[in-house]
Amino acid sequence: MDFLRPASWEEALAAKAEHPTAVPIAGGTDVMVEINFDHRRPEYLLDLNRVGDLTEWEVGEDTVRLGASVPYTRIMEDLRGELPGLALASHTVASPQIRNRGGVGGNLGTASPAGDAHPALLAAGAEVEVESVRGSRLIPIDAFYTGVKRNALAADELIRAVHIKKADGPQQFSKVGTRNAMVIAVCAFGLALHPETRTVRTGIGSAAPTPVRAKTAEEFLNAALEEGGFWDNGKIITPSVAKQFADLCAAACNPIDDVRGTASYRRHAVGIMARRTLTWTWESYRGTAATTEGAA
Amino acid sequence: MSSPNGTPTKITQGSKTKGGIGESTLRPDGTLKVTGEFAYSSDMWHEDMLWGQILRSPVAHAEIVSIDTSEALALPGVYAVMTYDDLPTAVKNYGLEIQDTPVLAHGKVRHHGEPVAIVAADHPETARRAAAKIKVEYRELPVITDEASATAPDAILVHEGRDDHHVGHVPHPNIVHRQPIIRGDVQEASKKADFVIKGEYTFGMQDQAFLGPESGLAVPDEDGGVHLYIATQWLHSDLRQIAPVLGLPERKVRMTLSGVGGAFGGREDLSMQIHACLLALRTGKPVKIVYNRFESFFGHVHRHPAKLYYEHGATREGKLTHVKCRIVLDGGAYASASPAVVGNAASLGIGPYVVDDVEIEALALYTNNPPCGAMRGFGAVQACFAYEAQMDKLADAVGMDRVEFRQLNAMEQGTIMPTGQPVDSPAPVAELLRRVKAMPLPPEQQWLAAGEEADVRQLPGGLSNTTHGEGVVRGVGYAVGIKNVGFSEGFDDYSTAKVRMEVVGGEPVATVHTAMAEVGQGGVTVHAQIARTELGVAQVTIRPADTQVGSAGSTSASRQTYVTGGAVKNSCELVREKVLELGRRKFGSYHPAWATAELLLEGGKVVTDGGEVLADLVDVLEGESVEVEAEWRHRPTEPFDLRTGQGFGHVQYSFAAHRAVVEVDTELGLVKVIELACAQDVGKALNPLSVIGQIQGGTTQGLGVAVMEEIIVDPKTAKVRNPSFTDYLIPTILDTPTIPVDMLELADDHAPYGLRGVGEAPTLSSTPAVLAAIRNATGLELNRTPVRPEHLTGT
Repeated sequence: MDFLRPASWEEALAAKAEHPTAVPIAGGTDVMVEINFDHRRPEYLLDLNRVGDLTEWEVGEDTVRLGASVPYTRIMEDLRGELPGLALASHTVASPQIRNRGGVGGNLGTASPAGDAHPALLAAGAEVEVESVRGSRLIPIDAFYTGVKRNALAADELIRAVHIKKADGPQQFSKVGTRNAMVIAVCAFGLALHPETRTVRTGIGSAAPTPVRAKTAEEFLNAALEEGGFWDNGKIITPSVAKQFADLCAAACNPIDDVRGTASYRRHAVGIMARRTLTWTWESYRGTAATTEGAA
Repeated sequence: MSSPNGTPTKITQGSKTKGGIGESTLRPDGTLKVTGEFAYSSDMWHEDMLWGQILRSPVAHAEIVSIDTSEALALPGVYAVMTYDDLPTAVKNYGLEIQDTPVLAHGKVRHHGEPVAIVAADHPETARRAAAKIKVEYRELPVITDEASATAPDAILVHEGRDDHHVGHVPHPNIVHRQPIIRGDVQEASKKADFVIKGEYTFGMQDQAFLGPESGLAVPDEDGGVHLYIATQWLHSDLRQIAPVLGLPERKVRMTLSGVGGAFGGREDLSMQIHACLLALRTGKPVKIVYNRFESFFGHVHRHPAKLYYEHGATREGKLTHVKCRIVLDGGAYASASPAVVGNAASLGIGPYVVDDVEIEALALYTNNPPCGAMRGFGAVQACFAYEAQMDKLADAVGMDRVEFRQLNAMEQGTIMPTGQPVDSPAPVAELLRRVKAMPLPPEQQWLAAGEEADVRQLPGGLSNTTHGEGVVRGVGYAVGIKNVGFSEGFDDYSTAKVRMEVVGGEPVATVHTAMAEVGQGGVTVHAQIARTELGVAQVTIRPADTQVGSAGSTSASRQTYVTGGAVKNSCELVREKVLELGRRKFGSYHPAWATAELLLEGGKVVTDGGEVLADLVDVLEGESVEVEAEWRHRPTEPFDLRTGQGFGHVQYSFAAHRAVVEVDTELGLVKVIELACAQDVGKALNPLSVIGQIQGGTTQGLGVAVMEEIIVDPKTAKVRNPSFTDYLIPTILDTPTIPVDMLELADDHAPYGLRGVGEAPTLSSTPAVLAAIRNATGLELNRTPVRPEHLTGT
């Protein structure tokens, strides 16, 4: 195994172009486990730790440009206001030590359906900035996940950053694991309210071959909220609407039975998390809306 | 201070000595361990050393058609590849009691992960690659995975041609050992029962999950022998099994204990010991072997999974009438400690209760599942899970409070066990229950304590943020258990201690040398305390454990403080006598008290029991040293009768009770254990801080198997599905509740200082207490542990 250590982003792109099988490594929290367990033996490792700007972020007008290697700890501590869903998800990643090393770029690179960042990115709305010696492009998050542990990257491309929409409303993230910390997701759910566009977006983890949005559930809820004037009157969402939303989220799953849980439990749990996160975000929205609209 | 339950130990000698027994002196290894400085066996290094690697079977049951090692041997950097055919002597198997485990597979593999070949190379990566180049052709056989497939008339025998001492009394050759216990007349007694409760229970396979994977370093000696530096639980038991396979006399196999990263029973059996020695002797170079976590799951035995069938009867007044039970333990492919686990499961099978009419049957199967053997609690754990569930059901049927029902039937000193053995030391079972029940309950809705926002760390799901209180229901549950201390059933369970006293640098110093494996239990701390108490000195040196001194027995069965502690105490007493004799010779003529008074060693001086100083130890020992090496034994036990199970089988019993308080997210099926209060009689706490550590650790290990810990074996292939810490979950600090401990100290007059082994009892009652609390919260029956979200949500 050769260890490539580019000193700059340009050198990294050149190395990746020259060795398309090279596996990029930054925090190493996924890659090193795979190597240590002998699950893969890449010909080349491409160490990105000398590429400084990958650990930086910029808060823009509408989006946060988050460098691929910004550790989860920084997201939790410094970007809670802009990216509340991702900050909550970051808090559930492994242990403090691993959160100090791992970043969203690695989650996206691995593209495991169990990656904790995915549901939050799907719910918030994001674009993945990828680059090769051929040039740079932005891949919408909805088009990024292409299969189990597969993504839309070309062989010569590297993930440079993620552009995530700044929260314009409450966001939540829930994850079921059979331990109260440091646990891989049995399934996970992200939900974001977008009052500016009067839409709700979702993200489901570990309950389908790829991270997915519950689009039918979103459409149903968007219509129900619009129809009832909920965005304006800030009323409590009726239990039947919440239940139908939860059922549609559960139906958006395509889970499997495995050593971590059964398919039917995953569907069930996604439904519960959908209902609860909707309640929490909506309560929070009503709380802020109440000052202008008055409580229902 | 006396109580109806017993009285504490009174100490005279050394009662004024600082750092003696009863004090919470700090562990010498504590700071090193928490700062990452402690050298574990995996940290060892030797110039010019090679790395060993084991090739393991990818299937559970197969004939080995052929093994081709040529490609592996051709790899540069490879020094040796060995298979069964390369074993040097006629002894090719090992085992704790039954020598049924091949050093390397011969013609057949019997479980997933069985060692087939070993490699030594100059780099661990080279060794791994070489192992991968060994070509083994397997012809798969049907797998035996449970009682039905093991005892079917046409079942394949896991071991053909058994000739061990159990084969004569087992009903089928795929049963390792079977122990019935029959006492009284269950048929007749059951007629008195107003309520009869029957239940079937399942206990999952738990792993010891010690943090330091198996590792060691074998260094060839110039005399043709080998020196093995090893993390183990019992040096001399390893030695007895290693030497014959190597074809060496035991004196040529020198063993030194190296840093042990936890054990919990998982290091009672050999792992890489023989493999490292074989490779070292073959290559003439030091060989180090370190398992990784994945391999560790295949490298040691686990706790027996079990099926348990119980019938309990009680009168309207709440008195137990009879118990019938059948405990089927899955021993996996090799015997390991299965026979002794069976003896424990049977003899402790009804728990700490008075029942005169009992029919118990316990047995262990041979299957193609992973081998199972010793783990903290050793057969008593599985039974406790089942009988405590039964006790709750029966209390409900009778209409009594669950704790009162237990107290009404609790054993006490004088109670006769189902084995006919009287309990001849304090057994404060009802009192322990009273104490845990009397502790204040944690406040309701603790997650709101900090303010308006829910503190998710206090809720099921924790940081995963699954509930802010929705669906959460609290439950409370109680359980109590009984564990034996020390090796039972007639085993000659002795320890050896060598104690020396001399003057070093103008100070009297005691040196204690034993072969006791310090696996984290704190034995080295306690030995120093005992020496200070018995010899009245401040300075004690603990020599590293090795085989240059006699056996200390196993660091298991909650026995080390009792037995090796007892041996250290005994050798110290013999040294003290010699020191006093020396003093009498030197100074006897100066003071009449040398001849008449009871003399003590206190504060580096010889004093009378009235406190008068007769001499300084420095003067007594000047120019002399006193040394004693002696074996020490607890009182003997005897085997259980093979038909009736009657016999004085156990040395001592240990009791603990728990109250569990849980919050259950009933919609998601997630559990947060809020508190696990424990009351335990420890006889005498030689080091109270260590005792509390043992109780909290045992409690947590019991919690683990209640809500998360299980090795999942595919029932169709007998392959392990989760050999990693990603999917074999153990409790984190956020899963570990507050564990208030109420410690009783009621002396057992048969034991040194009246002490009682403490390490295992809390592991027993913790699990059923948590289960009872979850049942209390959910109303579900939950006859299986660990409980998974699917069981709580019916999905």
